Amino acid sequence: MQRSLHIDPNKCTGCRQCEMACSYEQEGIFNPSKSRIRVFMFDAEARFVPYTCTQCAEAWCMLACPVDAIKVDLNTGAKVVHENLCVGCKVCTIACPFGTINYMSDRGKVMKCDLCGGDPACAKACPTQAITYIDADWTGLERMRVWAKKTDAGATATH
Amino acid sequence: MNYLILGAGPAGVVAAETLRNTDPDGAITLVGAENEPPYSRMAIPYLLTGRIDERGTHLRKEPGWYKDRRIDVTSRRATAVHPGSKTVAFADGTSVPYDRLLIATGARPLRPAIPGLDLPGVHTCWTLDDARYIMDKARPGARVVLMGAGFIGSIVLEALAERGVTLTVVEMGDRMVPRMMNPTAGGMIKNWCRSKGVEVLTSTRILGIEGNGGQAKGGFLASLFRSKPANGGGALTVTLDNGHKLEADLVVISAGVRPNIEFLADSGIVMDVGIQVDEHMRTSAPDVYAAGDVAQGKDVSTGHNNIHAIQPTATEHGRVSALNMAGRPAAYKGSLQMNVLDTLGLISSSFGLWMGVEGGEAAEVIDTDNYKYLRLEFADDRMVGATAIGLTQHVGVLRGLIQTGVQLGPWKQRLMADPHRIMEAYLARTQA
Amino acid sequence: MSWAGKVLRVNLTNGTCKSEPLNMEWAQQYLGQRGLASKYLAEEVDPKVDPLSPANKLIMTTGPLTGTMASTGGRYSVVTKGALTGAIACSNSGGYFGAEMKNAGWDMIIFEGRAPSPVYLYVENDKAEIRSAEGIWGQSVWKSEEMIRHFHQDPQLRIAVIGRAGEEGVKFACVVNDSHRAAGRSGVGTVMGSKNLKAVAVRGTKGVKVKDFKAFMEATNAAKAILASNPVTGQGLPTYGTQVLMNVINETGALPTRNHRDVQFEGASKISGEAMHEKRLTDGKPNLVKNQACFGCTIACGRVSMLDKTHFSVSNRPEYWGASGGLEYENAWALGASTGVSDLEALTFCGFLCNEQGMDPITLGTTIGAAMEMFEQGTITEKETGGIKLTFGNAEALCQVVEMTGKGEGFGREIGLGSKRLCEKYGHPELSMSVKGQEFPAYDSRGIQGMGLTYATSNRGACHLRSYTVSSEVLGVPVKTDPHVTEGKAELVKAFQDATAAVDSSGLCVFTTFAWGLQDFASMLDAACEGGWTMERLAEVGERIWNLERKFNNAAGFTAADDTLPKRLLTEAAKTGPAKGLVNKLGEMLPEYYKIRGWTPDGMPTNETLARLGL
Ligand SMILES: Cc1cc2nc3c(=O)[nH]c(=O)nc-3n(C[C@H](O)[C@H](O)[C@H](O)COP(=O)(O)OP(=O)(O)OC[C@H]3O[C@@H](n4cnc5c(N)ncnc54)[C@H](O)[C@@H]3O)c2cc1C
Ligand code: SF4
Repeated sequence: MQRSLHIDPNKCTGCRQCEMACSYEQEGIFNPSKSRIRVFMFDAEARFVPYTCTQCAEAWCMLACPVDAIKVDLNTGAKVVHENLCVGCKVCTIACPFGTINYMSDRGKVMKCDLCGGDPACAKACPTQAITYIDADWTGLERMRVWAKKTDAGATATH
Repeated sequence: MNYLILGAGPAGVVAAETLRNTDPDGAITLVGAENEPPYSRMAIPYLLTGRIDERGTHLRKEPGWYKDRRIDVTSRRATAVHPGSKTVAFADGTSVPYDRLLIATGARPLRPAIPGLDLPGVHTCWTLDDARYIMDKARPGARVVLMGAGFIGSIVLEALAERGVTLTVVEMGDRMVPRMMNPTAGGMIKNWCRSKGVEVLTSTRILGIEGNGGQAKGGFLASLFRSKPANGGGALTVTLDNGHKLEADLVVISAGVRPNIEFLADSGIVMDVGIQVDEHMRTSAPDVYAAGDVAQGKDVSTGHNNIHAIQPTATEHGRVSALNMAGRPAAYKGSLQMNVLDTLGLISSSFGLWMGVEGGEAAEVIDTDNYKYLRLEFADDRMVGATAIGLTQHVGVLRGLIQTGVQLGPWKQRLMADPHRIMEAYLARTQA
Repeated sequence: MSWAGKVLRVNLTNGTCKSEPLNMEWAQQYLGQRGLASKYLAEEVDPKVDPLSPANKLIMTTGPLTGTMASTGGRYSVVTKGALTGAIACSNSGGYFGAEMKNAGWDMIIFEGRAPSPVYLYVENDKAEIRSAEGIWGQSVWKSEEMIRHFHQDPQLRIAVIGRAGEEGVKFACVVNDSHRAAGRSGVGTVMGSKNLKAVAVRGTKGVKVKDFKAFMEATNAAKAILASNPVTGQGLPTYGTQVLMNVINETGALPTRNHRDVQFEGASKISGEAMHEKRLTDGKPNLVKNQACFGCTIACGRVSMLDKTHFSVSNRPEYWGASGGLEYENAWALGASTGVSDLEALTFCGFLCNEQGMDPITLGTTIGAAMEMFEQGTITEKETGGIKLTFGNAEALCQVVEMTGKGEGFGREIGLGSKRLCEKYGHPELSMSVKGQEFPAYDSRGIQGMGLTYATSNRGACHLRSYTVSSEVLGVPVKTDPHVTEGKAELVKAFQDATAAVDSSGLCVFTTFAWGLQDFASMLDAACEGGWTMERLAEVGERIWNLERKFNNAAGFTAADDTLPKRLLTEAAKTGPAKGLVNKLGEMLPEYYKIRGWTPDGMPTNETLARLGL
């Protein structure tokens, strides 16, 4: 059974441990700006929403990449950026309608969530279980799927 | 089922793969006109800068990728399509039958009617072959004139500058990337490039190019010259409409593109600028589909058929057309015109109706000193277009917001006040 | 190493920004944040300067663990000579600003001089620019944040800013960051205002490294587990915030009420943490919306509240209807019990106003309490207040006066003086509930004796965060002591003072000490920083910091005579509760305290003490 990240904003306190855990896992440094997961703050509503790539089936980023630098990890289903291949053209960053693949100016490469190879650091670091890594069926990704479908009718047929 | 795909660019390759995933049994033939493995034009600038080698431009890199998927890849030029007999004629004299045909022959660069364009040392930048030539000529210190600062021209600009040439860019429009950027943004990019040592001349035309041996004609002799190194190729003189003349070792032309449709002239397929397709990527001929730069498909912003000539549109076309060809009806809502550009480190992007719509509203923030800019265009409470400079985080969400036409409700006003809250607007309106 | 290794020196007079290396020798002696910045201040500023003169400096400082994955690693401090007290001031704040500053690669920003006209500092990693604050000066904290973010087109900018209180010279103005976290006490925002410095906006993307990542992750994970399983940090604080204390302290008989006339407040339960969870009769919603964490914090004690839209304070002011920083124990107490007001919504609204204009609610509430006492006894009349009936328990009057103070208007200007200056002005200095010019926080030292010594000897004036003996005397952490007894308190206070000084220098939050001992800090610090950090070393660093601060204050003119409490606490016995009949017996503790400290009977560190600590 494939698993995916399940995010429950109601539980999030905005501590951003997930961002640090992610940057540490991915970059070996505590640096939220390098995190693949970001906590968005809706101060006026006291809502904190962690958000990252949902490894959507459509994989616009992967499709748009001119040099095949984004590939599927067959174990996790994650779409993974291969930095050695990425030329930094940024086409994937505009192709992804969720805004979850970002360009790193300092390195000239893009970054996105790769599910840490199946053991996501953000979920482990979250002190409130706002982020969990669970069976895909339970993640309620429906909303995202609906959104995804709106973006490209082609998706309808692949499901 | 026997699938034939003309064109081994991104549209053709994605179509071939999608066909294979959807129809495990069909026969798939992928034909390109250049004698190269399927590659990506978009990667050429990175080949020029040395970031990748030629193999890096190949669309798929694993050995045996096409073979494993039973995709037959060949190189030959199609010269005619006969929808009546369901065959395609090739330049090598063969005729190949198909059950379903995809035309994904892409586009080629325009060559404006200017004297001297055929001279050795004057070149487009479109194919791998072009890239090889330019790499040979554009040595550090070489004087290079780039004609056209459109979207692709600007990408080539970056690559040439990185090669260490002395670069002058000549654009006849009143600003850089006129078809992607409004005057404010185009102006910012121009100032940036100038501050980085690239001479940018806008509202300027090239009247003609002369070799130092006088007005040379293209042809056999010219092609001999082409294999000579930069210093031996002879200097060129570029005459501008402002009376100035520029000395150059190399002139690169980037003056727009035109779809490769000439070989379809007698096919009866309905064409405008490119091949007209419906929402299922079908042409007017039965069992003939078209995708990518050659196809004039639906634009989600206008509802009209347009050519976008961009990579994401090409691959989406490829995927949707293949689904339909394989008998899985999929209606395409249309593609979104969008671009992202990196000019010497300044990152800019534009989406959809960035120029706005009549009766619409816009939100804009400008920081000229720091080269930051964001403008959002709205029609009622939906976003229809956007232009950004200096934005690298969560840019894609602009596409999402525009393409889905999500109603922004109270977030419209919030975005009017602070356009940078796009990610929050998206999350609030669709996820939270 | 987890110091960034760099100091940004900003000369506001000349308009220059310079980077200089962090003094690593001092870092080994003072760790960071409170300790290290105090060292810089003591070295660079004449203790006798007028706090509001250009000769004073203001230092924003992070600790070595700020911006790391250690729980609560988001703290930063503002160190200066305090406008309220004239003593060395160090006010600590959470939120996200400190971590952003560290991520930008700065341990410290030192502000010198005074800008000729209002400015703000913009920092983007290595880049630092002084920019005109025209148009921003005169705006509230909230509006300023919005304007600066908008101008720089960066929603992720973190901003520390003064409100109108800081501009208007309110003596207890604070520096607010992230809308509702504040470096609150001693008038550090007033000093910032005197420098014509409106705000500091930071964006940092460089990241923070530690010495040994693997050991650090192990240490921080272990420490996080301790916080999670501790009843206070794992349950009490996340659920009720510091407001968990309101009912507890009231029952202890140590909740100062109506300017310390009483030690118990009949309205305590109405303004408690429990009350914030209750559904309101008017709209069926509780006052509390959510708990919020500061950067990196796995406790999440922060309160976020939404006001009752029908409440008199905001019924026609929708700008206050959104969620914002809710009541913590200190502001609930100061604005409430201190003034006799038990209207939860009114207090929440006043808390919003404190954040919006940048005022320390402790000093504000206590000063209003003193003014109310003077009003009731006729010293202050409606003539002075402009017709406001400033009686204890009057919620409308409270809201009006708080708003006027924030904007420096009318009678608010008088309140803006703080209780010491106000009470002196009206001829009743004894009614100011303060030490060294700074007002008491929410623990009455008649009911908790150790706090009397804490307040009297605190280097920044009355303060609970310099040695929180409440922890031992009421909550039994780390060991239970009797709150009514003075014996052993001198030792307890010294130990707490030293340990807290070290914690305040680490980049972590003092609330973790409900669960963590110095050993826990030591293991994280040692993994992060060069220098072999042990518990003993931390205690020594703490003691060094304490003596450095003391030395500064002595040089500034403070003497043993200032280590005292207002007459009321020493002579008027508690009227009710478990401490009924008790006064604070400071005299029984102070001499012993001096001795343990290695100070002369006049409260001066002896030469041996100074030498032992390398001072
Ligand atoms: C230098 C450069 C930079 C670019 N940068 C970007 C960018 O940053 N972002 C972006 O979105 N787009 C960019 N583009 C555009 C992008 O490369 C094209 O939109 C994309 O390649 C279109 O794909 P396609 O498959 O439709 O056509 P093509 O890639 O052009 O492929 C066409 C294929 O058809 C073959 N062919 C042509 N005629 C025949 C024939 N008669 N018979 C058989 N085969 C034929 C060709 O050999 C080729 O294999 C760039 C292009 C260039 C040249
Ligand atoms: S930026 Fe890198 S990963 Fe993204 S599309 Fe370009 S090459 Fe592929």
